[in-house]
Amino acid sequence: MSQDDSIRTEGQGAPADHHPTPMLDELESGPWPSFVSGLKRLRDNADAQYAPMMNDLLGQLEHSYEERLGFWKGGTVSVFGYGGGVIPRFSEVADKYPASKEFHTLRVQPPAGMHYDTNVLRQLCDIWEKHGSGLIAFHGQSGDIMFQGCSSENVQPAFDELNEIGFDLGGAGPALRTSMSCVGHARCEMSCYDEVKAHRSVINEFLDEMHRPALPYKFKFKFSGCGNDCVNAIHRADFAVIGTWRDDMKVNQDEVKAYVGRVGRKYAIDHVIAMCPTRALSLNDDDTLDVDNKSCVRCMHCLNVMNKALAPGDDKGASILVGGKRALKVGDLMGTMLIPFVKLESDEDYENLVALARRMLDFFADNALEHERIGETIDRIGLPMFLEAMEIEPDPNMVNHPRTSCYVRTDDFTDEAEKYFERKAREAGLDVAAD
Amino acid sequence: MSSAPTLRRPDETGVPDPFQYMHPVMKKNYGNWAWHDRPRPGVLHHVAKSGDEIWTVRAGTQRQMDIFTIRKLCDIGDKFAEGHVRFTTRSNIEFMVSNQAKVQPLIDALNAEGFPIGGTGNSVSMISHTQGWLHCDIPGTDASGVVKSLMDMMHQEFIKEEMPNRVRITTSCCQINCGGQGDISINVQYTKPPKINHDLVAKVCERPAVVARCPVAAIRPALVDGKPSLEVDEQKCVCCGACYPPCPPMQINGADSTKIAVWVGGKHSNARSKPTFHKLVVANLPNNPPRWPEVEEVVHKILYAYKDNAKNWERLGEWIERIGWPRFFELTGFAFTKHHLDTWVGARKTMNMSAHVHF
Repeated sequence: MSQDDSIRTEGQGAPADHHPTPMLDELESGPWPSFVSGLKRLRDNADAQYAPMMNDLLGQLEHSYEERLGFWKGGTVSVFGYGGGVIPRFSEVADKYPASKEFHTLRVQPPAGMHYDTNVLRQLCDIWEKHGSGLIAFHGQSGDIMFQGCSSENVQPAFDELNEIGFDLGGAGPALRTSMSCVGHARCEMSCYDEVKAHRSVINEFLDEMHRPALPYKFKFKFSGCGNDCVNAIHRADFAVIGTWRDDMKVNQDEVKAYVGRVGRKYAIDHVIAMCPTRALSLNDDDTLDVDNKSCVRCMHCLNVMNKALAPGDDKGASILVGGKRALKVGDLMGTMLIPFVKLESDEDYENLVALARRMLDFFADNALEHERIGETIDRIGLPMFLEAMEIEPDPNMVNHPRTSCYVRTDDFTDEAEKYFERKAREAGLDVAAD
Repeated sequence: MSSAPTLRRPDETGVPDPFQYMHPVMKKNYGNWAWHDRPRPGVLHHVAKSGDEIWTVRAGTQRQMDIFTIRKLCDIGDKFAEGHVRFTTRSNIEFMVSNQAKVQPLIDALNAEGFPIGGTGNSVSMISHTQGWLHCDIPGTDASGVVKSLMDMMHQEFIKEEMPNRVRITTSCCQINCGGQGDISINVQYTKPPKINHDLVAKVCERPAVVARCPVAAIRPALVDGKPSLEVDEQKCVCCGACYPPCPPMQINGADSTKIAVWVGGKHSNARSKPTFHKLVVANLPNNPPRWPEVEEVVHKILYAYKDNAKNWERLGEWIERIGWPRFFELTGFAFTKHHLDTWVGARKTMNMSAHVHF
């Protein structure tokens, strides 16, 4: 079933009436791989059902380049049993380019960590050769494999075959969205929890919210194994799980000395010690490292630089940040700290993570306004009310600093302080009168 | 009785289990890695606590890949690697091998087919981007074309690691900004209020939903030529385009009014400084296919001002924090205007609330 590109010469057997594409042709030069050359390979594959479609797609794209306007509109297309996951696209210039009149995308969830073998990639290609346009993006910005370019008629058979080999549609519209996790445990020494387990446990628990959109607006989870946040959870996720640790970082002093010996004292001081954001590091006279772990914020800089010498501690877990999103409608929101530390080790820890996710999704479904992201809901109702709903106690790690505005009612301040001390005592294993 | 064909019920399998596809050395040492280094740009070398080693070769792709390209990558993966790959969040492909001797032949095979090796460490990695004219229903520009043009320009910076720190670039073809935050972000900026096709509004749009969508309450219901429609207070309108998706007759894109703006200093890593949003540098650049030369020139200036002036490990935004915005505008030669002063909610917090001044 596989076809070898090398057996075909450019233009051979392609649709006779190539649309001229003088502007797009300019994107075939230069050292970076060209998507235009790829589109032409598909157009020129005369035996394939998609060749005419790709000819007209190239024509329409050239038309966009000329007119500086897009010519797609949405619509409604889905597969049996689901309400979402297909991005419908109908051409507004179908009279000129009829073969690409329908050019829908199937959003398909990638394996956690985006691992593949060549066998499964070939299977994906074969299915898309049979039913689609032959154009696939690895991956869209929400993590989906984007199978781009399908007629309405072929959406169902394409999905059926993808589903047969273990792939499922992702999210679109006001729904739980497809998630991403970093490479993490699979190949990274910085990883502080099992990203695959967290990713699959959470998302697979709420597939109904993905496949049958019923939320006020989109809701995204993302999973990064450490503060380097390789999948950009903090800006892009309503619920960001970012790995961290709470005991002392591990220091191999011999490797520290070796590093300082290699780069020199000045370089080590300028680029590691002085760049620590909380001044938690100090280089001793014998070129060993002094770490004030109580000041450390687990930013990852020194671990990144002195990768062989430093490592996360043993008491690993994750921070949960909530409410990250881009512009619409209140402006950009950064994910903000909700839970400074959750342990993610035992099955029960992962069940607790799923339970928290459920509380938040339920709250979002019940309380968010239409087209409101959860970060905006929290802005609207205030963090204290949100914490109460989530059954989470306030923590100084949630803020840059306490409030500066005096406009607040504090008549139950003493009671709240009492609760705080009781909680602290409980955490310290002491008996509490209220119990 | 019924002649309707029986439809197949989906298996709601969700996120596929990656272990079935994962390289065996990664599977074996899952959660037990010790350290890594980079023998050369584009190659990572990870060492597990068990002593096992794995080499990763990272190659750039065009993201929107035809099946011939993917099959070619699979052929290379079978012949020169060990049949296992993964993709990065920036659409680079990674081939994993358990033997260092396989690294160079793999690189050679990828290069021979036109795939650049790089994107690691302090390089400019592949641009994360959106769908653009190829597939989006609300794009102000193309994404794949802008990215292809910029990556051609920055090719050397992808295959080398000569930047002060990693550079992550994003493009977005509208202000929904699917491309994300970046050290440098190239985003569409609409410059004119929507043009309304009053004949279609009542038929196509749910008017209260459109009114509610506007972030500055510039849209009101109106009767135009006796037909229910909407009108826009152009004094209030911030040209965000939020009304367009729920109401396509409110055309926000215009061949001449859709412009490109360039932003800097976005960062999602917590390393050193806290994560940041990107900030405006230049607006009103022409949307000029197929090569967007004006955008390329601006990105080039910013990138090399950073490369020439930042200290090791400073991200672009951190470098500007140190030298100050006046110096940044001086070094890059861009104008600082009233449009650089934020006017949105919380704008006061972006002002300099101190007597700290750079000269």
